[in-house]
Amino acid sequence: MASSGRPLDLDPRGVTNPDVTRGPRLHRRAILSLGGGWRSDAAARWVFIWPTVVVILFLSIFPLVASLTLAFSELVFARGRIEVDFVGLQNFQILLFGTERTHLLGLLKPPTPLGWVIFGLGLTVILRSLVGSLTGGHVRPLGALLRIAGAVLAAGLLWLVVQTLFSEGGRPGSLVVTMIYVFAGIVVQFLLGLGLALLAVQPLAGRRFFRIVFMLPLTITPIGVGYMFRMMTDTGKGPLEPIFGLLGMGQYTWVTDPWAARIAVIIGDTWQWTPFVFIVLLAALEGLDQEVREAAFVDGASHRQSFWHITVPAILPVSTTIVLIRLIEGFKIVDMPNILTGGGPGTATQSLTLQAYLDWRTLNLGRSAAIAYILLFLVTVIATGYVAWWRRRIRPV
Amino acid sequence: MVSRYRLVAAAITAIFIASACSGATPSSAPASVAPAPSATVAEPAPSASAAGQDFTGVTVELLTFNGPQIAEPLQRRAPDFEALTGAKINVVAVGFQEIYDKAILDLSTGTNSFDAFVFNPQWLGDFTGPGYLEDLTSRVESDPVVDWQDVGPFFRDFNATYGGKVYTIPLDGDFHMVYYRSDLIDTPPKTWDDYLAVAAEHHGKDLNGDGEPDYGSCIAKKKGQQSFWWIISVAGGLLQSKGTGEGAFFDTTTMQPLLNNEAFAKALDTYKKTMDFGPPDEINLGVGDTRGLFTTGRCALSMDWGDIGTLALDPATSTVQDKVGAVITPGWTQTLDRATGKLVACDATTCPNAVDGVNYAPFASFGGWSGAINAAAAQEKKDAAYAFLAYMSAPAQSSEDVTLGKTGFNPYRTSHFETRDVWKAVGMSDQAADNYLGAIEASLQNPNMVLDLRIPKTKEYEQDVLDVAVSQYIAGELNAEETMQQITDGWNQITDQVGRDAQLKAYQDSLGVQR
Repeated sequence: MASSGRPLDLDPRGVTNPDVTRGPRLHRRAILSLGGGWRSDAAARWVFIWPTVVVILFLSIFPLVASLTLAFSELVFARGRIEVDFVGLQNFQILLFGTERTHLLGLLKPPTPLGWVIFGLGLTVILRSLVGSLTGGHVRPLGALLRIAGAVLAAGLLWLVVQTLFSEGGRPGSLVVTMIYVFAGIVVQFLLGLGLALLAVQPLAGRRFFRIVFMLPLTITPIGVGYMFRMMTDTGKGPLEPIFGLLGMGQYTWVTDPWAARIAVIIGDTWQWTPFVFIVLLAALEGLDQEVREAAFVDGASHRQSFWHITVPAILPVSTTIVLIRLIEGFKIVDMPNILTGGGPGTATQSLTLQAYLDWRTLNLGRSAAIAYILLFLVTVIATGYVAWWRRRIRPV
Repeated sequence: MVSRYRLVAAAITAIFIASACSGATPSSAPASVAPAPSATVAEPAPSASAAGQDFTGVTVELLTFNGPQIAEPLQRRAPDFEALTGAKINVVAVGFQEIYDKAILDLSTGTNSFDAFVFNPQWLGDFTGPGYLEDLTSRVESDPVVDWQDVGPFFRDFNATYGGKVYTIPLDGDFHMVYYRSDLIDTPPKTWDDYLAVAAEHHGKDLNGDGEPDYGSCIAKKKGQQSFWWIISVAGGLLQSKGTGEGAFFDTTTMQPLLNNEAFAKALDTYKKTMDFGPPDEINLGVGDTRGLFTTGRCALSMDWGDIGTLALDPATSTVQDKVGAVITPGWTQTLDRATGKLVACDATTCPNAVDGVNYAPFASFGGWSGAINAAAAQEKKDAAYAFLAYMSAPAQSSEDVTLGKTGFNPYRTSHFETRDVWKAVGMSDQAADNYLGAIEASLQNPNMVLDLRIPKTKEYEQDVLDVAVSQYIAGELNAEETMQQITDGWNQITDQVGRDAQLKAYQDSLGVQR
């Protein structure tokens, strides 16, 4: 069978070889190659890569472009059709500076003294990190610009948090509420997951059973978890009513207090997602080289030293990956606040995704898309910053 | 090379953008999706109703509310209708917040998966403008089965009619009223101050003999349901005093919202105070919850549509049979001076319709579930859908349905008020029937009745902006001033988007109704 005469080139750099970048000539050659035999690497690229590219274009790029179009548009229901009117930045203007500002960003008030301290500390950390990243090695101008922009955004978010959470009369909007869900949820889920994984890795009786039990919440649909927690937080009629009654909480209600409602959402989310952290960390712990630990014990290391100096560094790469996944997933939280509290009381438990969903449900597709793009921007910047931060600290030796 | 790829990428992106836009705006080819103009629709037979009609093989897809009320009578009577005519009625029931969106998306995209709707007649501004709904004028006027003249004038001429044409068939009549425990309360509240005093008096006492403390007032305040109407009922007497034509939502000369003044601030304050005497989770209770609490004897007072009156009759669920009184929504001894935005005392000039110094303004909130037909549906489906809606509304069926709490339907025909036998049949005493129907009639005949908002984007004004702001207020997220400003800004934004003059004209027209 005739072929191009070269072995199948699996090197990604091969994509830039002259044959590939010749366009129409490549097409002709690919067809010729197809006629000559399927093993041609050029033909393989056409057969395997282009279908993938087309699928990605239709499933990822098209919705992205379409929703971007919507973010700058307003839908008008006309006779027998829907008109998409271009409105420029109006949707973003309404969200960031107009009638929806308090809904998205919250009610901003001057910080309390504690707020100023937190802002000062946070700003110091951000500046130190920025200076370290700019002076730590060769940095290209674009990279420096992006890092400065990231630091400005981080400082802005910190200022927003301080003005809404650590101020007299301030109130968080859906953006800060989402960050509360994400960061509080990740901390609690990671600590619980790690604790459970450390327990489950011990040679205890019944550990197989508990491994399965710990995994169960992950198998339940988030809407089901939402309804379950809705019943469980009903102190007057729910299944835990006797317990709440004994604790003197029979007249207490989770849904009327903003912070109680947010905590209820975090508890439900934690219950659902801790097993994910647990199972990944369990795998990491079971993959640890026991000889290293045994050698450390022989050298007189304590369990605490073994944990901090052997176990933690060993599971750090996996841990950072889990946190990254949960970070990205956490920003999309919608089922729990929607089912458990309906976003209430008022809008106290609304996440960005829920706000976008409610706008979408009320056919305000333009504003919904604008919120989605704000969320996309936020997640991209935070996730990229997180990865870059770790990359500077975990370098292959 | 690179530039060539960039060109290709740009071309692909442009194609996608173009296809996205053209996919969403099929303006060049609306013929296949545009609803047929009502003028070209073949005139139906004079009596296109159940009896004698043969719709064998026709299936009507009907969208409505999953209450479970409202869907219940439609689902229960659909098999009977099928036995009579052969038409199969497939009732698709969804949540309250979804009805509008599903209906308007279905119609505007030309999907037309629904042939008929039982929904809020106050949305007609959004549905009749683009020609989505069938003009039923000639059908109802010539149909002996629907007995159009028996439908109450308010429901016939206001709820069912828009721009002089009939678009819906009423299946329900809705007014807010206050219910009270007649075995505990001798003098029902006349003003909202009275309401708070009575609620305070009974709050925390055992009202149903189960040994548990109960509540002075139960009003559904859950966001995203039907709670936003209550605040208008509380504010009605403060906002409107010169008669129905004055309007309670907007200034009828400038289209500026009337909800940013001393009157609405007082209404907000009163609304919030009712929570002091309610269940601890009242902020998260829907009407189904508060109805259940009232009919199990846990509340001294409640505000609701006509449903509690009939639900309280059901021995299977009610412990307050013959212990329920109904009264016109309480009023105020003050009202708004629109020139100053301040409250003034009621007198013959400021409150010409006041009774004993109390300015009542009963709120025709929602107006009642009504049936409409998709103008783009096939002719045989339109005929079958009309026949079904007429069958449901016909006195023979509706006079029974309005007496059953499970239906969610309340009286709206003259015969419903005049024929007491049907009420006796479900266990309502003459005295209770007089009280219940009297409260509805008193509201209906009040010259200062507040009409619900009925202009394009009504749903956005009420369900999106008002509902969210009031829920934030009672949750403590906003104070009264912030709440009023948020409503005003939100409403003005919608008004300006649609066009202030057009909205003003629509509002003025909606207030010119004759009762």
